[in-house]
Amino acid sequence: MTRLKTHFQNLSARHEKALICFLTAGDPDMDTTLQVVRALAAAGMDALELGIPFSDPLADGPAIQASSQRALEAGATVAKVLELTRQIRKHLPNLPIILMTYYNPLLKYGMNQYAADAAEAGVDAHIVTDLTPEEADQWKSLSVMHQMDTIFLLAPTSTPKRIQWVAAQCTGFVYCVSRTGVTGAREDIPAELYQTVQNIKSSTSLPVCVGFGVSQPEHVTTISAFADGVVVGSALVNLIQAHRHSSTLLQQVSDFTSALKQKTLPDA
Amino acid sequence: MTVQQPHSHLPDEKGKFGPFGGRYVPETLIPALDELASEYKTAVSDPSFQMQMQQILRHYVGRATPLYHAERLSSMYNAKIYLKREDLCHTGAHKINNATGQILLALRMKKPRIIAETGAGQHGVATATVCARFGLKCDIYMGQEDVERQSLNVARMKLLGANVIPVTSGTATLKDATNEAMRDWVTNVRSTHYIIGSVVGPHPYPMMVRDFQSVIGREARAQILEQEGKLPHYLVACVGGGSNAMGLFYPFVNDTDVKIIGVEAAGEGIHTGRHCAPLSAGSPGVFQGSASYLIQDADGQVAPSHSISAGLDYPGVGPEHSWMKEAGRAEYVSVTDSEALDAVRLTAEQEGIIVALETAHAIAWLKHMSDRLQPDTIVIINCSGRGDKDMNTIVRELELA
Repeated sequence: MTRLKTHFQNLSARHEKALICFLTAGDPDMDTTLQVVRALAAAGMDALELGIPFSDPLADGPAIQASSQRALEAGATVAKVLELTRQIRKHLPNLPIILMTYYNPLLKYGMNQYAADAAEAGVDAHIVTDLTPEEADQWKSLSVMHQMDTIFLLAPTSTPKRIQWVAAQCTGFVYCVSRTGVTGAREDIPAELYQTVQNIKSSTSLPVCVGFGVSQPEHVTTISAFADGVVVGSALVNLIQAHRHSSTLLQQVSDFTSALKQKTLPDA
Repeated sequence: MTVQQPHSHLPDEKGKFGPFGGRYVPETLIPALDELASEYKTAVSDPSFQMQMQQILRHYVGRATPLYHAERLSSMYNAKIYLKREDLCHTGAHKINNATGQILLALRMKKPRIIAETGAGQHGVATATVCARFGLKCDIYMGQEDVERQSLNVARMKLLGANVIPVTSGTATLKDATNEAMRDWVTNVRSTHYIIGSVVGPHPYPMMVRDFQSVIGREARAQILEQEGKLPHYLVACVGGGSNAMGLFYPFVNDTDVKIIGVEAAGEGIHTGRHCAPLSAGSPGVFQGSASYLIQDADGQVAPSHSISAGLDYPGVGPEHSWMKEAGRAEYVSVTDSEALDAVRLTAEQEGIIVALETAHAIAWLKHMSDRLQPDTIVIINCSGRGDKDMNTIVRELELA
């Protein structure tokens, strides 16, 4: 059984929802990312979504664009992100680790080699933002071969037929994009989200997690009422950027994370 | 790579030209691309759409454009050189052919808002023009660096009622403007049609833009048969994303005796790394929606490009060009910034035509063809646009002030 599946089963038994945290690997540097990950895990993060930075992240808003740029300027590469993953895995043997990226860095690394190296480093799953299942046959079979989950996105614009088909290509969980738009902290949760999640849940028994724009404890409360987990990204990336030179960085991200995690508990 | 296999039946139903093309976009856009592909398919077989398109191209755009025998260039290079005068289209470049087709599709899909990216500003002007003509709201994304070097076109777009949004992210040129336009489209996809300006992006764009631009090659083919009684020996066009080139090349793809040459921008020289010649010096990858040749580093990060010509300053290229290279159907070469500037001056002095810096790349290749040219060798060069927009750069670089 994969780490993701085990973890979602445990959460379900406790009537909890998943808090998934996104970080850009290597922003501001690999060592800080490692420390932040450990702090988040201690504060209740259920799974880590670690971004391999790409020069042209067209699904990302300003926060993650800038974060990716900083990470690349600080020297982040695919190989270094895998090395960071090995370090994280050493410290946190049970933490589900999902790598998030765009297709080109993986292609350039070499798909066969990448899948083998990622599995060896302890990666559990991938989200490749610009790789929809139509183009993912090779990627899916490599992931199966190396026992890694393939998480695809579904969006408010996805048709019922597509929801059924894409959900069937997912393992681990289904990622529901909360809105038409790019990543980035927002003030509100779109009204149509509930229905989108319902539509997805009626097509699959996999957990459905919601990301894009989720940034405040109230968002987590709202979404936890009908989805199986939330992904928080830009808000954390902004927090790290704001406190990068401060001795309180780890405390800040830890406090933020435990406040969010509270809202996923059954009595929240 | 000597396979000369006709491939005018491509792309396949997934938008693939061999290993190139396809759709590599966030999920949110897939339904919009499906809708667009289906609307396009219906429209092309609808006589009323075709009729409307013909009418606008003839009476508004000013087609057919002349195929002009450039006699002084011909005697200079010892060949029969023809210029396909896309610079005489309304708005001054070939870009309006595609903008016209796509605005009619947007109207059919009842999308009230249009967005576009632009590099040199010619596609932005063409899009702003058709939006004014048909009364649609128009937002144009343009890299900050291009806003500065193409200020005349920025003013034209504003006068036409478009909102020009400067993009400061990344390298602040065409690729970043395209990223921003894609982000806007992901956000406003239900109300907005994105008029991509070149044969790039996810399926169906490379096919659709090629088809709309193919009017260039269809006219040129009929015109050369009328004027010379035979097909040309060579077609030459500049390649950034590659829409003017594909528009000229495509109707000749099955004429395997016609040699096809695409000219990329070598910038300061391929060896300096400051260029935008993915077909000459790049490698295959996936960028902005499709698989194609790309300028990238060893880690798959897209490398900054450089060209004196804003319209060629792009690290990617249309997937069908990648396929034509791979299939051996076309040859891709490059010329430098300074060679292009020389060609601007030459064409002005010899033919009385001030060409765009993009177009000048195609003309500049002539001097590299001398060993292939005979007095009866027919060469058609796509004169893709006029140079008014580049006068600031030309004045500075050629020290005309």
